[in-house]
Amino acid sequence: MREEITPVRPADLIGEVAKLKIQGYRLVTLSCTEIDANCIDVLYHFDKDLGLKHLRLTAMKAEPVPSISPVYFAALLIENEIQDFFGLKFQGLVVDFQGMLYLEEEALKTPFCKFSIQTAEKTSAPSIAHAEPAEPPAAAMPGEPAPGEMDS
Amino acid sequence: MRKTVIPFGPQHPVLPEPIHLKLTLVDERVVEAIPNLGYVHRGLERLADVRDFHQMIQVVERVCGICSMIHAHCYCMGIEELMAVEVPPRAQFLRVIWSEVHRIQSHLLWLGLFADSFGFESLFMQFWRIREKIMDISESTTGNRVIVSVNVIGGVRRDLSAEQTRWLLTELDWVEEQIQRLQTTMMEDYTVKKRTVGKGVLTAQQAYELGAVGPVARGSGLSQDTRQTSYAAYGELYFEPVVETEGDCYARSKVRFREALASVDLIRRALDKLPAGEVRAKVKSLKPPKGETVMRVEQPRGELLYYFKGSGEKNLDRLRIRTPTFANIPPLLAMLPGVYLSDVPVVTLSIDPCISCTER
Repeated sequence: MREEITPVRPADLIGEVAKLKIQGYRLVTLSCTEIDANCIDVLYHFDKDLGLKHLRLTAMKAEPVPSISPVYFAALLIENEIQDFFGLKFQGLVVDFQGMLYLEEEALKTPFCKFSIQTAEKTSAPSIAHAEPAEPPAAAMPGEPAPGEMDS
Repeated sequence: MRKTVIPFGPQHPVLPEPIHLKLTLVDERVVEAIPNLGYVHRGLERLADVRDFHQMIQVVERVCGICSMIHAHCYCMGIEELMAVEVPPRAQFLRVIWSEVHRIQSHLLWLGLFADSFGFESLFMQFWRIREKIMDISESTTGNRVIVSVNVIGGVRRDLSAEQTRWLLTELDWVEEQIQRLQTTMMEDYTVKKRTVGKGVLTAQQAYELGAVGPVARGSGLSQDTRQTSYAAYGELYFEPVVETEGDCYARSKVRFREALASVDLIRRALDKLPAGEVRAKVKSLKPPKGETVMRVEQPRGELLYYFKGSGEKNLDRLRIRTPTFANIPPLLAMLPGVYLSDVPVVTLSIDPCISCTER
């Protein structure tokens, strides 16, 4: 990768992502890769002034990771997609399709994993759960200084 | 106030592709929209497990019929970076030319469909009439009208002769003149303005925070275009993004209209500067892609991102495709609240949704 990748732990993820938002980074997308039977790599791609920045989170498949959708609403479809294809659970998703964004109720396996894990039985109703809305930090627009930069 | 929940799609006369929006209405106005996908998901990313990295070009070309060339372009650029392949300059220019041909045909297709969405059928037919010429250009220069299939790892498989270049310039003059003739109707007509001005407004702040890309972002005043990163030969061609500031359906249609004309100019400049030489580097003796990278290009609908991970085997470990419509769905959800139900098709179409791309 041409750009630097910053490793991040699940506990620090929201803080790091909120910092990037305040600095004016735009969420581009998340990329998920299965490492082995237990681990999954999630890359968070951000952009500012056409430059990319990446965060790498290595997560255990069985443990939920914090959702960044309360900070970046744009993450909701991406995290739901990862939930469908890799079975990785996201905690605090603003709109949780519960593994049924692409897949049907009867699909209990995670199709993008070589070491497929059987997910718990899906609930058909309600298929969409709304989380409590949280106030996300405002992003600095391109060309504008981030709040921290203004102080210095 | 009484709330009504109604389904918009997946089958709808104005959208040939299946997208389902669950709309919550108060009287005639939308107060909430929830998307539902999964009607045309094909699992194309997963095919990287069974198709080798050369065969995957044909797969990614089929992610979307409208911008097949640009998908393959992005894919080849990523593999070339992982394999440290230097693409000949002529091939870089040819890639730009065919990418811009794709952009014109996509924008003309959309402008026609958009006019049709508010019942302006004669305008729809005029845009598609011009688009036919672009399809002819694709067929004459690549051999195909839709899936042009010119990209290979290391360059392109076809070249333009001097005679084809001259013919292309004449055809582009005709296309430009015909598009300009529709400018007054598209920009000034009462019907067009009545159905588009002030509808589905997305502010610059919303567009940025929600990750809008392409004409949706530029229609809200964000000067954001991946071509500014100077990939392929864009760095050698004078290029400035087309930006409008109103953030409504009218602004987004103006951006696409002006971009179609800007693409004609870009092709002319690329043909003018087209260097001589090879169009394809030799890659047979090189090892398969190893490592990981991210590649971005500008599709007609906006920024397209590919993530690659290879371990030196003929099959990639992971290929991830983030298409522009996927990025533009959250902004659409912000545009819809407050809109009349009768305007939902127009607002939805204003992001130029490609569900085939989105679901892969």
